Amino acid sequence: MLNEVIENTKLSDIVVRMVIEAPDIADTRKAGQFVVLMIDEKGERIPLTIVDSDAAKGTLAIIYQVVGKTTAQLAEMRAGDRLFSVLGPLGRPTEIENFGTVVSVGGGVGIGVAYPITKALKEAGNKVISIIGARTKNILILEEELKAISDKLLISTDDGSYGHHGFVSDILQNLITSGEKIDRVYAIGPVPMMRVVCEVTRPHKIPTVVSLNPIMVDATGMCGACRVAVGGKTQFACVDGPEFDGHEVDFALLATRLRMYCDQEKQATESTRCTCHER
Amino acid sequence: MSDNPTKKKEKIPRQPMAEQEPQVRRHNFDEVPFGYSDEVALLEAQRCLQCKKPPCMAGCPVEIDIPGFIKLVAEGDFIGGARKIKETNTLPAICGRVCPQETQCEVVCVLAKKGDPVAIGRLERFVADYERKSGDIQIPKKASSSGKRAAVVGSGPAGLTIAGDLVKMGHAVTIFEGLHKPGGVLIYGIPEFRLPKAIVDAEVDYLKKLGAEIRPNVVIGRGKTVDDLLAEGYDAVFLGVGAGAPVFMNIPGENLSGIYSANEYLTRSNLMKAYRFPDYDTPIALGKNVAVLGGGNVAMDSVRTALRLGADNAYIVYRRSKTELPARIEEIHHAEEEGVQFKFLTNPVEFIGGEKGWVTGMKCIQMELGEPDDSGRRRPIPIKGSEFVIDVDMVVVAIGTQANPVVPATTPGLETNRWGYIVADPQTGATSRKGVYAGGDIVRGSATVIEAMGDAKRAARAINEYLKTL
Ligand SMILES: Cc1cc2nc3c(=O)[nH]c(=O)nc-3n(C[C@H](O)[C@H](O)[C@H](O)COP(=O)(O)OP(=O)(O)OC[C@H]3O[C@@H](n4cnc5c(N)ncnc54)[C@H](O)[C@@H]3O)c2cc1C
Ligand SMILES: Cc1cc2nc3c(=O)[nH]c(=O)nc-3n(C[C@H](O)[C@H](O)[C@H](O)COP(=O)(O)OP(=O)(O)OC[C@H]3O[C@@H](n4cnc5c(N)ncnc54)[C@H](O)[C@@H]3O)c2cc1C
Ligand code: FES
Repeated sequence: MLNEVIENTKLSDIVVRMVIEAPDIADTRKAGQFVVLMIDEKGERIPLTIVDSDAAKGTLAIIYQVVGKTTAQLAEMRAGDRLFSVLGPLGRPTEIENFGTVVSVGGGVGIGVAYPITKALKEAGNKVISIIGARTKNILILEEELKAISDKLLISTDDGSYGHHGFVSDILQNLITSGEKIDRVYAIGPVPMMRVVCEVTRPHKIPTVVSLNPIMVDATGMCGACRVAVGGKTQFACVDGPEFDGHEVDFALLATRLRMYCDQEKQATESTRCTCHER
Repeated sequence: MSDNPTKKKEKIPRQPMAEQEPQVRRHNFDEVPFGYSDEVALLEAQRCLQCKKPPCMAGCPVEIDIPGFIKLVAEGDFIGGARKIKETNTLPAICGRVCPQETQCEVVCVLAKKGDPVAIGRLERFVADYERKSGDIQIPKKASSSGKRAAVVGSGPAGLTIAGDLVKMGHAVTIFEGLHKPGGVLIYGIPEFRLPKAIVDAEVDYLKKLGAEIRPNVVIGRGKTVDDLLAEGYDAVFLGVGAGAPVFMNIPGENLSGIYSANEYLTRSNLMKAYRFPDYDTPIALGKNVAVLGGGNVAMDSVRTALRLGADNAYIVYRRSKTELPARIEEIHHAEEEGVQFKFLTNPVEFIGGEKGWVTGMKCIQMELGEPDDSGRRRPIPIKGSEFVIDVDMVVVAIGTQANPVVPATTPGLETNRWGYIVADPQTGATSRKGVYAGGDIVRGSATVIEAMGDAKRAARAINEYLKTL
C-alpha cells in the first residue's frame, strides 16, 4: 500500500529508522535527495533525507531524530500505519565521481544523511574515510553499516564514552596534519559542526560540501522559506541544494533562520523539549 | 414614458451584497460577503437590458452567454442559469468571486455608461452557489471512450478546466499535482475569507466524479519527467504549472527572520492552515506591525491575512499611487474598510535587523511619478534624501512571481521566452514539443483565473483534434 510504514525501528534513544512503501520514489531517487512527508492532514510538511532504497521491493528508508512534534509522532507509528503523504525525490542529487580520497564527516543524525552519499562515493571508486561522532556512545548510529563501505572509520564522542574524546573536526584536523592527501570533504550534521569542519579545511583549500537543513514548506522552489546565503547570493536549498560549497555558506544566517519558530515549536510539542538551540 | 420597460429597469439600483462588518471580519477568516438572497438576485437580474449585441460577452475571456444566464435568473430558473454559464465556464462559483469584473464584463455593460453596471459577478456567484447548495449538480454526458490518455501537470484553474473538458470528450485524464492538495493558487494562495476552500474542494470532487484521476504529491521534473509521461503511454501532455516562483526585492537584509515571500506566507496560512495553529501543526509569524510590499491581489490577500492574525498596524507599501494599484477594486475597498494603511509612493531600500536576526525596521525612500513607462503607467522616481524608517516586525514581499524552471529545465526541446515562460500558440496552446501543450500563468506570466481557464478550453479543443490524428 502506498505510503505504508513497513518498519519503524529505534537505532538509539532518539534516532529512528523508518522504511516506507513508495515505489515511484524508490525507483528514481539518487544519493543526496530527500522526501517531504506529512503524517496527517493537519500535520507539518517535513523534509527527511532518503537514506536507502530498494527498487525491487518499492521501499525507501529514512533515519530521523526526534526533535519536536512531528518527529515524535513519527516515532509512534507502527508497521502497517500509513503516512498521509510522501513527496519525492526532491533536491539535486550529490555530484558523484571518483575524486580520489574523500572524507565523509557525519555528526549526530547527520550520519544517516551522510550514509547514502558515502555509499555512492565508495561505489564510484573513491578511497573513503568516514568520521562519525555523537554526544555520547549510545546515540551513535550506523557504525557497522559505515564500516562496511569505508576504507577507514574513525569515531568521536563529545563525552569520551567511545572513540576519540572530542569532536569529529579534531579527527579531521589530525588526519590533515598527519599528511593524508584529501581531495574532498563532505560534512553533514548540526550547523556548528559543519561550520567548524569548513574552518578546518579552508586553509588547506580542500573542497568541502555541506548539506543544509533550513526550514522548508513546499520544497519545490515555490515559497523561499528555505533561502540560504551562499557566496553572498540567496539560494533556495530545496531546489538549488541541499548541498553547497561549505566555504561559501553563511552558517550564522542558517542558524538564526532555524530558530524562527522556536516559541511555536515549544507550544506544539508541550511534552517534548524544544531542541532548536542545540542545532 | 413611465411604462417604457427600459426606463423602469433603469430605476432599479444596482443591488449591494450583504457582508460581514469590517470590525467583525478583521478578526475572522470567514468569507466576507454573504451573497445575494433569491429576492435580491431576481431584482438585480431584472436590470439587464438583454442587449442584442451584448458587449459584456465580448468582455468575457470565455464568452459566457451573460444575457442568457441573467434572463434565466430573472425568470427564477436559478439552476438553469448556472447550467447556462457552465456551457462555457466550468468554475462559476470561483470566477464569480475572484474575476476582475470591473475590467472585463461589467466595465463594458451599457448601463455603466450612465450609472452602475449589472452586477454580473454577483449573479454568477449566486447561481453557482444555488446549484451547489441544492445538490442538483448534473454530471454531463461524456463522449464514448477514445482509448487515448492525456496527462495534465498542475491542478490550478488551467489544469482543472482542461481535465474536465478532455474527460467529457472521452479521453482518460490523469492530473499530476506537486502539492498534497489540488487547486493551485485557489487552494494555496487565495485566502478562505475571499474564496472558501469548500468551494474548490467541491469542484475537485466533481472532476473526480466525472472520471478524472488526480495524483497529488508528484512533481513532474523531479523523478518523473514530461518525456517519462509520454514514454509511459500518455498521448498528450498539458502543462498548467503556474508561475509559482517568488520574486524578492534583492535589497540588503531580505533574509532576516520575519520576512516572507507572499507565496510562503499565504501557503502557510491557506494550504497548511497555520491560522488555526496549534490545531494544525504549521506555525506562522504573528506580526504586530506588518508591511506588505506590492499593490496587487496577492498583496491585498497578504495584508488582510496579517490583520486577521492580529496585526495592530498593517501597511500596504506601494511605489506608485492609488490609481495604479493593480488589485481588484473590491479587494482594495475591503482592505481600506478593515483598517489597512496605505503608504503610496514609497519604496523599501533596506531591511533592518535586531536581536536574534529578526526584522525590526524597513528603510524606505519617497517616490514621485515621472513620465509614463513601457506599461503606460507613470514611472516612479526616488526623491533624493527622502529616506525614512518604518517600524515593522514582519514583512511580506508581494511584488510578483516568476516561472518555476523545474519543468522547462527537464524537458529538452521545450521552448521558453527570455523570462522562462513556455512559448505556446495562443489559439491552441501547442508548444515546440509535439503532443505537449501549455496554458495559464506558465505561458502568460501572472494573469488571472479566467484567462488560465480560457487557455485550457482552447488547448482542450486542440488536444482533442490532435488525439484524433493518432
Ligand atoms: C533537506 C533536509 C533533509 C533533512 N534530513 C533529515 C534527516 O535525514 N533526518 C533528520 O532527523 N532530520 C532531517 N532534517 C531536519 C528535519 O526536517 C527536522 O528535524 C524536522 O522537520 C523537525 O520537525 P519536528 O516537528 O519534529 O520539530 P519542530 O519542533 O517543528 O522543529 C524542531 C527544529 O527542526 C527544524 N525544523 C522545523 N520544521 C522544519 C521544516 N519544515 N523543515 C526543516 N526543518 C525544520 C527547526 O530548526 C526547528 O527548530 C532535514 C532537513 C532538511 C531541510
Ligand atoms: C494570492 C493570489 C491571489 C490572486 N487573486 C486573483 C483574483 O482575485 N482573481 C484572478 O483572476 N486571479 C487571481 N490571482 C491569479 C490567479 O490565481 C492565477 O492567474 C491562476 O491561478 C493561474 O492558474 P494556473 O492554472 O495557470 O496555475 P496555478 O493556479 O498556479 O496552479 C499551478 C499548479 O501546478 C502545480 N505545479 C507546479 N509545478 C508542478 C510540477 N512540476 N509538477 C506538478 N505540479 C506542479 C502547482 O503546485 C499548482 O498547484 C491570484 C494569485 C495569487 C497568488
Ligand atoms: S521550501 Fe519552499 S522554496 Fe524551498
